Amino acid sequence: MSHIEKTIATIQSAFPGAIQEVIEFRGETTVVIASDLLVDVCRRLRDDAELDYNVLADLAAVDYWPAEPRFAISYLPYAMQRNARFRLKVFLPGKTPNAETVSTVWPSANWQEREAYDMMGIKFNGHPDMRRILMPADWEGHPHRKDYPLGYEEVQFSFNIEEIDKRKKYAKS
Amino acid sequence: MTQVHELEATVDELKHLFSERAEAGETTLLNLGPQHPSTHGVLRLMLELDGEEVVRCVPDIGFLHTGIEKNMEAKTYLKALVMTDRMDYLNNMGNNLTYCLAIEKLVDVEVPERAQVLRVICAELQRIASHLVWLGTSGIDLNASSMLLYCFREREHILDMFEMISGQRMMTSYIRPGGVWRDVPAGFVPAVKDFLAYMPAKLDDYERLLTKNPLFLGRTVDVGILEPDYALAIGATGGTLRGSGINYDVRRAMPYSGYANYDFDVPLEDGCDVYARYRVRMREFRESLKIIEQAIGRLKPGPVMTEDRKVAPPPRSELSQSMEALIHHFKLWTEGFSAPDGEVYLATESPRGELGCYLVGDGGPKPRRVHFRTPSFLNLQALPHLGEGYFVADLVASIGSIDIVLGDIDR
Repeated sequence: MSHIEKTIATIQSAFPGAIQEVIEFRGETTVVIASDLLVDVCRRLRDDAELDYNVLADLAAVDYWPAEPRFAISYLPYAMQRNARFRLKVFLPGKTPNAETVSTVWPSANWQEREAYDMMGIKFNGHPDMRRILMPADWEGHPHRKDYPLGYEEVQFSFNIEEIDKRKKYAKS
Repeated sequence: MTQVHELEATVDELKHLFSERAEAGETTLLNLGPQHPSTHGVLRLMLELDGEEVVRCVPDIGFLHTGIEKNMEAKTYLKALVMTDRMDYLNNMGNNLTYCLAIEKLVDVEVPERAQVLRVICAELQRIASHLVWLGTSGIDLNASSMLLYCFREREHILDMFEMISGQRMMTSYIRPGGVWRDVPAGFVPAVKDFLAYMPAKLDDYERLLTKNPLFLGRTVDVGILEPDYALAIGATGGTLRGSGINYDVRRAMPYSGYANYDFDVPLEDGCDVYARYRVRMREFRESLKIIEQAIGRLKPGPVMTEDRKVAPPPRSELSQSMEALIHHFKLWTEGFSAPDGEVYLATESPRGELGCYLVGDGGPKPRRVHFRTPSFLNLQALPHLGEGYFVADLVASIGSIDIVLGDIDR
């Protein structure tokens, strides 16, 4: 029994009904779990001496717009002693994308959750410092969402220069 | 008036980051950067100082954010490759490699043996070039100004070799999905061999200048302590983690491109300070040279690009003779190749640590999501811990020792 199989069995017995789906793809295991049990599962993964997931290798948010549930967060716990990692995934609804913070379990999630908030607009409850990290503090919107335009510059001609100028944000005289 | 309100709100948001003594006016708030040479790019540090001692250190990043991940979603897999060059601008080959390995895993492509060996040579040359910039710039931070001149002299040899194989000194885009762009020219292998003969003596020179230099020791020993437990919790990787005695190297833990077959050591130091991280990287120079030497011996003639015509373009000569080749050529350069609806994560050991690429396909020719887990981003999280309680000058030594690249952090 590999370490990842053992992990899945442990989650299944400790949190019945938490696992919604297990996906195998290209040798990687993705475990989709219910978002309300996320922190409990993560704490168990770290604290259980048998499992020993002491590092969070990565955290990334994905936008599945226009599908619903729209957002997903992929966590990548890593058991360094056993050299095993798998993907833990939660789905969040598009209207209220809120998740509990795992920075209390793995402090490295602090900045990565701030990035997910800044870029995708996912709020992490209980996060110690939920500010924007990459964009300026007064930025409007969350640039990495699929419905956020890439922001090409509109070409100004003499017939439409005033119309485009009106929409621009810089100070007008 | 609305402007003023917004600004006040921002200051309130920042209050919890500093101690109460700052509000009472006992301590000084100071901005270090973003335009300051010792912050290695455009890093801004908000410092709370008690005299010259750092009480709180709050990094502010994002000045180099260019939306690379967002832009890659709007491009086909192949066209997005050039953007990876511009992320970590000292590890261009490594970024290309990480992205290409992730694509190859997602669409399930085999890479020919010769291409894999060339990739290893490029990645290790890039590691040496990156470490040379680290040694030069962190040397200049600690007033060893001559280091920068020596290191950039040696780095020029490596950049010349990159120019030889890809036409570019830095933004190479040499490693492509399925292999490498073209086979190396005849002069490449002799140039690498010359470099292998040239470099060890130079490394001895650097060590003679720094390793036992009392001024350098005074600035680095017992400065910027990073405890092993804290380093793991905060997600530090690479030389920053190995300087705290934890044996984690992606080339060993999850070998890629045939690294499992090379004989090399993972340097470890348990000093946990700036000096330990310096010692680790100095030894990594020699390990990289060792790997390149083995790789040169394994360089056998053969194809450098996969035969899978869905991913790699057909040779130009086939276009006028084969209908299929023409169709493949046209499809590849207009629509691109499609990747399945799945997700992969692939990590490589960049000069700074674990560089991961999380790639989500949606069945079409453009990725749904590309996320880079960049080592500098997580290593920089350790900086407040490294700097607080030390002098400002020691904080500068700590910044140099975690070897950050702001392009890698902000993407």
